[in-house]
Amino acid sequence: MTDQSSALPLRVESLGYDVGGEVLLDDVSFVLEEGGPTVLLGPNGAGKSLTLRLCHGLIAPTRGQVTWSAPDAQQRQAMVFQRPVMLRRSALANVTYALGARGIDRKERRERAMQALESAGLARVAHRSARALSGGEQQRLALARAWALEPEVLFLDEPTASLDPAATLEVEKIVRAIGAAGTRIVMTTHDLAQAKRFATDVIFLHGGRLVEHTPAEQFFVEPATEDARAFVQGNLFW
Amino acid sequence: MDSLAAAWRLLLSFDPDLIEIVGLSLRVSLMAVFLAALVALPVGAALALHRFPGRRAVIILLDAFMGLPPVVVGLVVYMALAHQGPLGGLGWLFTPRAMILAQMLLVLPILAALTRQSIADEWEVVGEQLRSFGVSRMRAIPTLLWDGRYRLVTTLLAGFGRAIAEVGAVLIVGGNIAHVTRVMTTAITLETSKGDLTLALGLGIVLILLAIAVNALAHAIRYAEQRLAKPAPGVGR
Repeated sequence: MTDQSSALPLRVESLGYDVGGEVLLDDVSFVLEEGGPTVLLGPNGAGKSLTLRLCHGLIAPTRGQVTWSAPDAQQRQAMVFQRPVMLRRSALANVTYALGARGIDRKERRERAMQALESAGLARVAHRSARALSGGEQQRLALARAWALEPEVLFLDEPTASLDPAATLEVEKIVRAIGAAGTRIVMTTHDLAQAKRFATDVIFLHGGRLVEHTPAEQFFVEPATEDARAFVQGNLFW
Repeated sequence: MDSLAAAWRLLLSFDPDLIEIVGLSLRVSLMAVFLAALVALPVGAALALHRFPGRRAVIILLDAFMGLPPVVVGLVVYMALAHQGPLGGLGWLFTPRAMILAQMLLVLPILAALTRQSIADEWEVVGEQLRSFGVSRMRAIPTLLWDGRYRLVTTLLAGFGRAIAEVGAVLIVGGNIAHVTRVMTTAITLETSKGDLTLALGLGIVLILLAIAVNALAHAIRYAEQRLAKPAPGVGR
């Protein structure tokens, strides 16, 4: 991140995604500048994860486009999924593998990996098989692995949806630390309380459409749209 | 019952002929599996990860070739290695090399098809994360082979089981020549047709014991894998 030019802003224009003729996402546009965290909020099936994957370049949009401000933007992002994906090797090797994939040289990999594990409170299990870790530990490892890459932007897809409250707390602590260290956080959640704890701005999606993109203080007090108001008040709809 | 007792006695006496035959069987089949794996593992992995025209057809053929009749493979290799055949100049016919080649061809589709399946399953689990790291499909191949290592060992054992037990291919290209190309299955065939059931039964017992050992090993590996995947408190090294 010593680079002068930034991968941000990220411009998303008229994004659409169909599967087998069914429109899952339609006409989604927003711009992400520095700052954040940005929270993509909405009920299940709103298109939150899909939007994240499209932004991260894991899938190609059917319509519209995702434009980053730097040509090597892919190298400067990372993503953590709802269910942590662990390679069948030690916790430490999971982190050094990701660093290797980004072309970090061998000597530096180990150092950076150990540092990231320590920051996530995982130094103790560094040599344990990653798939033998508990769900909470695996998610923290996934975060540590992403953190070690020192990404400019970190996408988090419902990072605590399959965790118990204690593990959720731990994960949120790490996410905050990553954000404080200068990484732009973009996360999805369907948990209103979590959104309130994190968001500086909220992108509210419903039924594959962007309903509103509002600063958090406004969104939770006085949403601009009827749909968002219903969601905030807990009167849900389909 | 007499011949069964005699067979056990033969086994326990470590009859040199019997040991020679068992040794050649193991040598040929292990070599065939090793060589087939060198080709089949990367090919299977590539088939799992790369999209190209005709891919589906290749997969269907590969799956179908898992059940290739050994005699047909033997015949094809025989024709290739025969004096007038394209590979006749090698002079491999009726040597262990011909037998290795035939078994290798027999095992190759099995290893490739099973590897493709296990790599495709691995990719299903970790593919998105690997792409997020910026790992290309090509570079993902060694990663996935390593991550699928337990299943791959089981795959190799399946290939070995097929090779060691087949008779059709090695009989045609090896010729069952005593002290040169005689292996367990061809010896059983010959001795049975001669009416000498002692050696045939002895070899049959060895074959069955080998099959049991191979399966026990496969189970042990699966068991070890499950043990490793479970959280075990306080085992950090």
